[in-house]
Amino acid sequence: MLEITPAHYTILSAALFSIGVIGVLVRRNIIIVFMAIELMLNAVNINLVAYAQQLQNLIGQVFVVFVIAVAAAEAAVGLGILLAFYRNKETVNIDEMNVMRW
Amino acid sequence: MPAGFSAADFYYILPELLLTGGALLVLMLSVLTPKQDGLLLVAALATVGATLAVVVSFAGLDVTASRGLLAIDGFAAFFKVVVLLSAALTLLMSSPYLKTEGIQAGEYYFLILCAALGMMFMSSGLDLITLFIGLETMAVSFYILAGFLKPNPRSNEAAVKYFLLGAFSLGVLLYGMSLLYGATGTTHLSGIAAALGGASPSLVVILGVVLVGAGMGFKIAAVPFHMWAPDVYEGAPTPVTAYLSVGSKAASFAMLIRIFIEGLPAVGAEWTMLFYALAVVTMTVGNIAALTQSNLKRMLAYSSIAHAGYLLMGVVVGTERGVAAMLVYLGVYVFMQLGAFAVITMMRRSDIIGEELKDLNGLSKRSPIVAFAMLFFMLSLGGIPPTAGFMGKVWLFGATIDAGFIWLAVIAVANSAVSLYYYLRVVVFMWINEEEGVGSPLTIGPAMSVALGVALFGTVVFGVYPQFLFEHAEAAARSLDGIASITLR
Amino acid sequence: MAEAIAFYTLSILILGLGVAVITTPRTVHSVVFLVLNFLCVAVLYVVLRAEFLAVIQILVYAGGIVVLYLFVVMLVNLKRQPEEHQDPRRLAKIGLGLSGAMLVELAAIVVYSYSREPSSVTAPSPAFPVQGNVEQLGWLLYTDYLIPFEVASVLLLVAMVGAIILARREL
Repeated sequence: MLEITPAHYTILSAALFSIGVIGVLVRRNIIIVFMAIELMLNAVNINLVAYAQQLQNLIGQVFVVFVIAVAAAEAAVGLGILLAFYRNKETVNIDEMNVMRW
Repeated sequence: MPAGFSAADFYYILPELLLTGGALLVLMLSVLTPKQDGLLLVAALATVGATLAVVVSFAGLDVTASRGLLAIDGFAAFFKVVVLLSAALTLLMSSPYLKTEGIQAGEYYFLILCAALGMMFMSSGLDLITLFIGLETMAVSFYILAGFLKPNPRSNEAAVKYFLLGAFSLGVLLYGMSLLYGATGTTHLSGIAAALGGASPSLVVILGVVLVGAGMGFKIAAVPFHMWAPDVYEGAPTPVTAYLSVGSKAASFAMLIRIFIEGLPAVGAEWTMLFYALAVVTMTVGNIAALTQSNLKRMLAYSSIAHAGYLLMGVVVGTERGVAAMLVYLGVYVFMQLGAFAVITMMRRSDIIGEELKDLNGLSKRSPIVAFAMLFFMLSLGGIPPTAGFMGKVWLFGATIDAGFIWLAVIAVANSAVSLYYYLRVVVFMWINEEEGVGSPLTIGPAMSVALGVALFGTVVFGVYPQFLFEHAEAAARSLDGIASITLR
Repeated sequence: MAEAIAFYTLSILILGLGVAVITTPRTVHSVVFLVLNFLCVAVLYVVLRAEFLAVIQILVYAGGIVVLYLFVVMLVNLKRQPEEHQDPRRLAKIGLGLSGAMLVELAAIVVYSYSREPSSVTAPSPAFPVQGNVEQLGWLLYTDYLIPFEVASVLLLVAMVGAIILARREL
């Protein structure tokens, strides 16, 4: 219990990932759904850093640098898309995205 | 120059460098010379052409470059040609469409070229990091392109849905990749294959494989990960839909094959079962859902889901023959799918959206040439001789039967029969319906006629003379590492 | 011992804040919880001896991405809470059940595989000509991973162009 093994980090990461997945599936506010996706990416990062530490190998950390770059790019584009959507529809509710059948 | 890099490494990424340079040039030209859309189109096409020329000249090579991160082999060359061809046709059919919609062309062309760059890295990457960064370059470009018609609520909605599900699937894919990295200690595909070889795979590896498979399933729009496709295809600008359904799908299949055949042959038995189930469900659901559609773009979206199911058969077979057959089918699919979308793009005029099936009424009288072209594309998508689609299907179904997957082939043939109904319905609307068509007459500009001509040429020529395609596809499949280690199961 | 205390404290904080992000009704509160969550993850990176990542986690996530979210929350000045309108066809309970099942499955697989074979794999990186986390990471980024690093720059350019196109008011 007191010795922290890689399994501990993997479980933490799995739990955070699942919280993110639940957020994406259950919330209707698109901004909060985006944030839940950020939580998922953070879970991936925790996993990668913990494995990099366990394997004594820095590739996992390099991977995290790229994941963070991608998260930044996606946040910028995603929020831009959201703004364009909001200007036309005055809502950020997923259930009101109904111009086309969902 | 960084340690360990040589001039050769930069020589081998010459196509990618050219494409990046050209994309930046287009972006700068659009600022320096506003309202010169023709010039921008020429610059973008010249970029794609130059890149294509270099890719073709590299076709015979089989080397790895940049410290083993990139493969310059026949497989990569095949997919790069497919990607660049679809980018070129998309550019050609976009230029009249952009005028009708009143869109600034500069950034649009830039994003088309950047998406192609991402796809090229997806087809030649040998490392999970390279593959995923290529995937993201492509996906982010497409998120923006899907929402390019800002005043149009359908386009907004398409972009939001594509972004949401794309980002979610990226999370799933990356989680799977992180598990694979943890189990093998490397992100390099050959390293993963070596680390997994021999011992029976642990549950973590299986979980990683399933999550990566699910993430890739989103990108190729396989059922049950296809929910985004119909809405995004319907809402996005039509040329973007065309590019999405061909370029993005082809590049995602390239990445799928690289990861699963080059990186994970050790768990082949597991993923074969996974893709077998996905292929069956995908083609069946896609075809049945397409039967009831009244919107052309939505119908072709379901049809392209069904085609993803057919293509997955090649991955299930997994041998050199299976992959070659899949490549042949993909090569044919480029022409017929882009051709059909070129016709739909043309149907959009200043006074009519032209995406509904009924908008095709009486097309054979108003524009017989366009109607004949559409007839060919529909016959080819349905797999009727003498079109290229027939050759693709024969080759693919034959490879499936030879590999012993008789039931899979039977299901696929039944599905093709079902699909004929909705493809021929398009023909019925064009020829037989007596009602008057609406909207102003169709105009075919020079760019559009080139796009339509190339698509028609490919659909007809590969139907009567498929040898050329067969040979190149086989050479491409042979160049894949690890293909030999997958024997018939 | 010290690692255990740090790990458990941080885990509770990370998971608790994560739950808070997806449960609070107010969007602004969610953003605040998110930034706190990111800061805790950054501290976890320090525990895992990834100092460089801890710094960019704070700079990029907490400093950049979260500020972007705050701007959007302010721009999207909602007249009514988005959660008010609910689609009757929405299957939220099934979604919750499915994701709960996935959590259990993930945890079970991880615990099961690690209890059978305690972590034995190590794949040390080849020797570096430099010392220290930041130097070694920089070395890898500019040698082995130079190509994806350069592609990432194109990706960021695309994102920048895209964000400008989508967010400006005229076409």
